[in-house]
Amino acid sequence: METEFTPWLSLGGGMMIGASAVLLMATNGRIAGISGLTAKIFTRSSDTEARGVSALFVLGLLLAAPLWLLVSGGWPEQWVPSSPALMALAGLLVGFGASYGNGCTSGHGVCGISRGSARSIVATVTFMVTAFATVFVMRHLIGA
Amino acid sequence: MKQLFALLSGLIFGLGLIVSGMANPAKVLNFLDVFGTWDPSLAFVMGGAIAVTAPGFALLFRNRQTPLFDSKFRVPTRTDLEPKLLTGAAIFGIGWGLGGFCPGPALTSLPVAATGTLIFVPFMLIGMWAARHTPDITPNAKGAAS
Repeated sequence: METEFTPWLSLGGGMMIGASAVLLMATNGRIAGISGLTAKIFTRSSDTEARGVSALFVLGLLLAAPLWLLVSGGWPEQWVPSSPALMALAGLLVGFGASYGNGCTSGHGVCGISRGSARSIVATVTFMVTAFATVFVMRHLIGA
Repeated sequence: MKQLFALLSGLIFGLGLIVSGMANPAKVLNFLDVFGTWDPSLAFVMGGAIAVTAPGFALLFRNRQTPLFDSKFRVPTRTDLEPKLLTGAAIFGIGWGLGGFCPGPALTSLPVAATGTLIFVPFMLIGMWAARHTPDITPNAKGAAS
């Protein structure tokens, strides 16, 4: 399925993501890493304040699409793969990999690279390579 | 006050994901499909985000010792490249390439309630739980994975 090239919207949306990361760091002193914040909500050992702040950040994420619906009159346009087995496996790998590798696209890809962290740069290059390879195998070798 | 700003940050992050197209797995998968229906948009998402975050963080850390409503900046200090980091990142990339979702866009898309999202998110949480209970594969690692 083709999608339209949207450089300006993507740049603008990206800058909003950056603004959010700076705002969270400026006010709370925390990295806007979604996998880390999400895991913190479910970690009993983390202090209650950290859990609360993480839960509120994730609540904000969850409120974005409903706010979009309210203002624009429609849900954000999207197409999501619907194969249950594929999405279950994808979810498992994303959750496991992000937690095991201490970060995902936001924590490593945006915040880490912005800090010049060598770990984050290497992690980002690594997951980009395996993601490109996975799509190549799925779409051009298997033909799914 | 810090709670309010945490909520606001999450909301702006989610809106940014929607505006940028990153909350649409079709766009993510097309970004990753250089030899097919390539859509380079997501390079602009990451570029835009880093263009704001990098100078923002630099200014922040140069001008302030502490955040506005908390006692310290919590920034990772590790610099070693251990097998656990690379293994996790590699596995994460495979899952990202399969479903077109990473954690932020998946959570943002949850209220839209597409079937694929409703399956993806619970399994993502199970995966996170499993990772915390998986030992560190790094030789001579001190203690279990945290």
